Amino acid sequence: MHSIVAIKQVPDTTNVRINPETGTLIREGVPAIINPYDVHAIEMAVRLKERFGGKVTVVTMGPPKAVEALIECVEQGVDRGILITDRRFAAADTLATSYVVARAIEFVQEQEPVDLFLFGKQAIDGDTAQVGPGVATRLGVPLISYAIAIESFDPMGRTAVIHRKTERGTEVLQTSLPALLTVEKQIAEVKRSPLPNLIKALQYQPEIWSAEEPYLFDLDKIGIKGSPTIVGRAFTPPPKEPGDVVKVSERGLTETVAYALGQICQADVVEFLSLAGDTGGNK
Amino acid sequence: MSDRKIWVYIEQEDGKAHQVSWELLGAANRLTAELEGSEVEGVLLGYNVAHIAKEAYRYGARRVYLIDDPVLEKYRNLPYAVGASQLVEKYHPEIFLVGATILGRDLAGSIATRVRTGLTADSTELAIDENKKILAATRPTFGGNLMATILCQTKRPQMATVRPRVLPLPAPLPKANGELITELLKMKEEDVPVKVVRFVPSEVQFNIEYANVIVSGGRGVGSPDGFKLLQELADLLGGVVGASRPVVDAGWLPHEHQVGQTGKTVRPKLYVAAGISGAVQHRVGMSGADFILAINTNPNAPIFQIADLAIVGDLYKVIPELIEQVKTAKQGVAHVQ
Repeated sequence: MHSIVAIKQVPDTTNVRINPETGTLIREGVPAIINPYDVHAIEMAVRLKERFGGKVTVVTMGPPKAVEALIECVEQGVDRGILITDRRFAAADTLATSYVVARAIEFVQEQEPVDLFLFGKQAIDGDTAQVGPGVATRLGVPLISYAIAIESFDPMGRTAVIHRKTERGTEVLQTSLPALLTVEKQIAEVKRSPLPNLIKALQYQPEIWSAEEPYLFDLDKIGIKGSPTIVGRAFTPPPKEPGDVVKVSERGLTETVAYALGQICQADVVEFLSLAGDTGGNK
Repeated sequence: MSDRKIWVYIEQEDGKAHQVSWELLGAANRLTAELEGSEVEGVLLGYNVAHIAKEAYRYGARRVYLIDDPVLEKYRNLPYAVGASQLVEKYHPEIFLVGATILGRDLAGSIATRVRTGLTADSTELAIDENKKILAATRPTFGGNLMATILCQTKRPQMATVRPRVLPLPAPLPKANGELITELLKMKEEDVPVKVVRFVPSEVQFNIEYANVIVSGGRGVGSPDGFKLLQELADLLGGVVGASRPVVDAGWLPHEHQVGQTGKTVRPKLYVAAGISGAVQHRVGMSGADFILAINTNPNAPIFQIADLAIVGDLYKVIPELIEQVKTAKQGVAHVQ
């Protein structure tokens, strides 16, 4: 049983702040974390390893400091970590990223066949949710996005039954293996890392791949060159005109609420209240 | 036929179109004014779904490309991606818009990769760049802290998924008609590696995205019990209860209630934010509401920056009083009628 998990190191966007004077992101002091959905993908892969034996490989593309993320993965139970890092990969959009991740996976796969590919459903910095579907398409394997549970998994029979979230409920799908899952957090609850993993991680050195070694990527398909989309403009959302402010402490409870209700009536947003406010008696 | 086709994916399940498809047809028609020689066309995949094409004409599609095949009875990524890509490769649209629903985001990423083009995710605003005459799709990024306008200069079609409920729903033209072009799917059932075993509908059919009134609570509500009060107000106003992320993370309400960047985008007529501080991640999900009433004890709560009316006060005093006064108003209406 061999799973490959693709992860991304991201800034913790819940801590991102905007400089009110320049309108730019303040990244200093914002911790880099493993994308939260990816942590659950890793956990799922580790659980499958515990059940069926085998190994878990993690692949990530990013700056050199993303090795930290791979070391954390080893703490969680991952066996092999690969960081693909090269200035030439910079400014990749989802098409270029899916090219790199898919080729890297194929290169690993030639050495060790893979039963399952796991991705977080999206990364919290870009929120595109496009790399998983892109890689599945490039690898020619079934895609099951927004997976929330694995009902059954049979690596020998090469089939699995997966639950996925849709807008109206839960869809239960049977798929051939290998398949690619993009996962919600429910897929597996993250457990505390056992001590032997922590010790192993202390000495672990992830593999570092460049654009040329050990695999020669097509340099026209990576980074800016390989990205059909560009950011034309980035800006902070324009502030809205602030509305009315009323203080209960100043106007009293009854009057404040009566005023609020009057405003809601005037805005004509709740049908029966608009009628109530209509004193013309034409109803 | 137009040489600049603006395509809209007409999302359907079980023969019912998703409303985002009509929102996109409306947006696409606005783009034609800025893009000379362009026309709006729909792409429809499914089984026994030709009736949806007629609806698409009414919402502004001049033409609909239809692949109607039993393999497409239930949505599955591969046959749908194959079908849509087949149409792209034959008819060469300039722009291809897809709803950023669960289904649409699953599908669009696969189509874009198949035809090797650029795809902008989860856009909230569409325009044509004046100088370059190409699609400028704007989207929130970094958890809603930053907006980015994305351009696709080198590849066609220019693809974007667009968030539901952000763009207005156009009024249908009951007499509008269009042209239907049918194509055959180049895929057989035995070539599809995924089968739908069963479907379990959600226990509660809860659709906050399309609610007209939402009464939302945040950390300031203090406990799961407090939401009973919000529910009472929501019931009175014919609305539903929403929540900010900390509430859902604490397990006080299920995820379906969550409004914001990692929850749902809503566009109600009235949004009541009670005890919600209003982090940017929440605001991006609800700032499109027609009227925002915010109640918070903190006069500096960020939610007040976007509220039409801010009440500085304790929600446990304000909401019960609001309930009483709404009840009185309601009785008044009943009396008049």
